[in-house]
Amino acid sequence: MDAVVTYSPFVASGIRITVALSLLSLLVAVVLGLLGAWAKLSGSYAARRIAELYTTFIRGVPDLVLMLLLYFGGQMALNRLGAITGLWKHIELDAFTAGVLAIGFIFGSYMTETFRGAALAIPRGQVEAGLATGMSRPTLFRRIIWPQLVRHALPSFTNIWLTLMKATALVSVIGLEDLVYNGYAAGKATRMPFTFMFIVLMTYLAMTAISDLGLRWLDRRYSAHVRAERPA
Amino acid sequence: MSLTEFSENYAPVDFMLVAQHWPLFLLGLRNTLILLAGPLALSCLFAVPLALIRANRVPIANRIIFAYTYLFRGTPLLVQLYLLYYGAAQFSLIRDTFLWTILREAWWCAFISFTLCSTAYITEILRGAIETVPKGEIEAANACGMSPSTRMRRIILPNAFRRALPAFSNEVIFTLHSTVLASTVTIIDILGAARLFNNKYYLAFDGFIVAALLYMALVYTINRGFKFWEGKWHRHLSRERTT
Repeated sequence: MDAVVTYSPFVASGIRITVALSLLSLLVAVVLGLLGAWAKLSGSYAARRIAELYTTFIRGVPDLVLMLLLYFGGQMALNRLGAITGLWKHIELDAFTAGVLAIGFIFGSYMTETFRGAALAIPRGQVEAGLATGMSRPTLFRRIIWPQLVRHALPSFTNIWLTLMKATALVSVIGLEDLVYNGYAAGKATRMPFTFMFIVLMTYLAMTAISDLGLRWLDRRYSAHVRAERPA
Repeated sequence: MSLTEFSENYAPVDFMLVAQHWPLFLLGLRNTLILLAGPLALSCLFAVPLALIRANRVPIANRIIFAYTYLFRGTPLLVQLYLLYYGAAQFSLIRDTFLWTILREAWWCAFISFTLCSTAYITEILRGAIETVPKGEIEAANACGMSPSTRMRRIILPNAFRRALPAFSNEVIFTLHSTVLASTVTIIDILGAARLFNNKYYLAFDGFIVAALLYMALVYTINRGFKFWEGKWHRHLSRERTT
């Protein structure tokens, strides 16, 4: 028990890395997802093909392989590109950045499908009505599309977020000192691998449970009007 | 310029060198396939009774199984695997018994944790499918005088399996994705082979590209297989649509 107390700040610093990594990758994923959905729904043939290629590629390659590829290959590719174009000098891609980019890139493809489905669920007439009342495109997006996009996308968004959080455990493989890495190191140092891995497991479970509750609350808020209609 | 020369100096991946090491990648492929098929087959076997218990809300067992699926679906597989592989050694109770001959082996730890994890996922998929079998079909089965077990065997399960097929195909792909974790505990699966290959020649990422291509080929094959399977099982649906 003493060992657990001694090592708790060490494990806590791992939690901080895991949470920061999850949130930043989520941001990347949402941006890529919105871009991807826009590309898939756009009239441009090339944009549709690129988005299609992106989602198929991600489905075909396991996340860890992609992460290793990006971590070891991405740096080389970036530097070669920099040397050719002369735009930047030597870049060091650290494990954290590689992790955020890889996880964001992977989950962006799942977000693409989510947002595409959600956007398709918005009746076309509402967009036309919005334009007819003289709304500008940004206003239309903010007042009509966004609230409904969130509502339709939320259930699947919840799933993706939970999967994403678990996927961040993989960054320990490329040496980033996240929750898993620190838990493993602490277990090794104290010769109590089970105890520390169990703490790590329970921490992930707690993060899952908290997100689940939070997102369910959000879901209730965004679909309040739908629920109110039901009893009638 | 010879092919070898081109491969060594100009190609993005030295494919001749990869070709020379085909037995290594074949071994990786074999191990990946075993780690995919074995746990999946076992999971399907275990998931059916568990899903039935969940769907029928059998008093205490339902709670226990829910706790199990929640735990395994709510935590990373990597941590589950580490817990079993590194954690088991902490207890002398395990180290001194025959259990140690199993839990000492990375291979068995991977096999067990993959099975436990995908059983949890498949149980929940199947439970959802069983619960959404239309009420009318169940009532019709009752009206025909089917016993509960006949009703289960002839009406509910076939319907649920068909309904679960798309989600199941997704699950198979995700299971394939998660088999790469075996390489973190020294098993030579496709990714493990790629890592060995990289280390041997001080390459940064060439092996990973080969691995990525192999995984893509596997996913493509699995997708094809499921398309075919869905075509067979959902044939009555497509006929309805055309008429």
